[in-house]
Amino acid sequence: MAGLFRAAGLWAISTARKLGHMFLFLFNSFYFIFNPPFKFRLFLKQARFLGNKSLIVILLTGSFTGMVLALQLYYILRKFGSDALLGPGIALSLIRELGPVLSALMVTGRAGSALTAELGMMKITEQIDALTTMALNPIRYLVVPNIVAAILVFPLLTGIFNLIGIFGGYMVAVNLLGMSEGTYFSQIEAFVDMEDIRIGFFKSLSFGIIVSWICCYKGYYTGYGAEGVSKSTTEAVVISSILILIWDYFLGSVFL
Amino acid sequence: MIEIIDLYKSFDGQNVLNGVSMTIKDKEIVTIMGKSGGGKSVLIKHIIGLLIPDKGSVIIDGVDITGLDQKGIDRIREKMSMLFQGGALFDSLTLYENIAFPLKEKTKLGKDEIRDRVMQSLEDVGLRGMEKKFPAELSGGMKKRASLARALITEPEIILFDEPTTGLDPVIASSMHLLIKTTHEKYGYTGVIISHEVPRIFEITDRVAMLNDGIIEEFATPEDIKNSNNPVVKQFITGSVEGPIELF
Repeated sequence: MAGLFRAAGLWAISTARKLGHMFLFLFNSFYFIFNPPFKFRLFLKQARFLGNKSLIVILLTGSFTGMVLALQLYYILRKFGSDALLGPGIALSLIRELGPVLSALMVTGRAGSALTAELGMMKITEQIDALTTMALNPIRYLVVPNIVAAILVFPLLTGIFNLIGIFGGYMVAVNLLGMSEGTYFSQIEAFVDMEDIRIGFFKSLSFGIIVSWICCYKGYYTGYGAEGVSKSTTEAVVISSILILIWDYFLGSVFL
Repeated sequence: MIEIIDLYKSFDGQNVLNGVSMTIKDKEIVTIMGKSGGGKSVLIKHIIGLLIPDKGSVIIDGVDITGLDQKGIDRIREKMSMLFQGGALFDSLTLYENIAFPLKEKTKLGKDEIRDRVMQSLEDVGLRGMEKKFPAELSGGMKKRASLARALITEPEIILFDEPTTGLDPVIASSMHLLIKTTHEKYGYTGVIISHEVPRIFEITDRVAMLNDGIIEEFATPEDIKNSNNPVVKQFITGSVEGPIELF
């Protein structure tokens, strides 16, 4: 029994230490966000990297999510005679919940993993050490531009996801299910508030911080060799995805 | 001057450095040799502050760098450059951008002056005309030379070479040695080289340190090392499997 407590204690200490290390990494990164010199060109490069790499995936998943939502919600709403609410149903689901969450998950899989792998490769080929030996802070050059880029790009991609999703829903609702264009859009206008958009925006912004933080951290402190990079990349995607869902639930319970 | 005093370092309970002490004079070239995995890279990473010792001091030009804050250690690093084993060139930058990088980030030099210095540095290492290539397009020898060009660009007082010829054929390895010799004559830096290239490295080095079991077994001129009666040094130079050096 004592052995069990000891093991649990050691696990707790080790976990607390790892979490502390991760949060210090984040605080350190935020310190450099607000302290010059700012690396504007690196920020633009990383914004292009995150946005460009993920745009096609966002367009595809956004349109099909909207289309599936149209089919499923129409089936449910028709049972209650409320099929006129299909438009707002799709729009609210996307804006408040699915848009931020799914686009964050997609960006994690597409660009976040690439980010971890790139930083991991830089670590094992001593490029990060090379920066340090030049008296340059690697966090400022490699991490901060990614976090700032993610803060900008995640809400933008979420906005695109939402728009294309609503359009996908419209295609199915009007062309397949025979709903009138006017009903679909006018009900959206009536039911979607600025508050809903603000919640979605805040969610996507916080997901941007979470994903860039975890992916950069895992790459920056990757293990040895190709196996280390592969392990870090997998861990970055898994941890980011889990944190997105946990944080989404937390924010959902706060905002509702 | 670099003074290493009673340096200890262990990783996960395994002792790597067990009280290393040595002094490297200004403008001399010192080679550190020893078996693979014996702590040579760990030792030079302490000199540039990439690792913090468990015990002991590293004193550079009279300043103990082990207790310095970030600004202090950065000031010391501005005097130094390091050439890494694999070159550590930035993958996403061209050769020109790689070499210009320390000048762009650390100095207020204008574009033209940076260009002149980069081209001169490329000329020094025989890579003029390759400036638009990316590191992935370069051979192993070219990467090492490019890394030397980047190390030289800031005209540092100290350059640390982590196995500058590993993985190169004998001819290219000799040309790299020659390059270190000529650039040393031109720029007059203090050089610390980790190398296994025995005895060819003796031609360019002023003194040789033999690191074994985490301590400096012998630190002497190449001639004295060649004639040493120390069984560890003898075994290393002859490459014999019989002797006091543990193989595994």
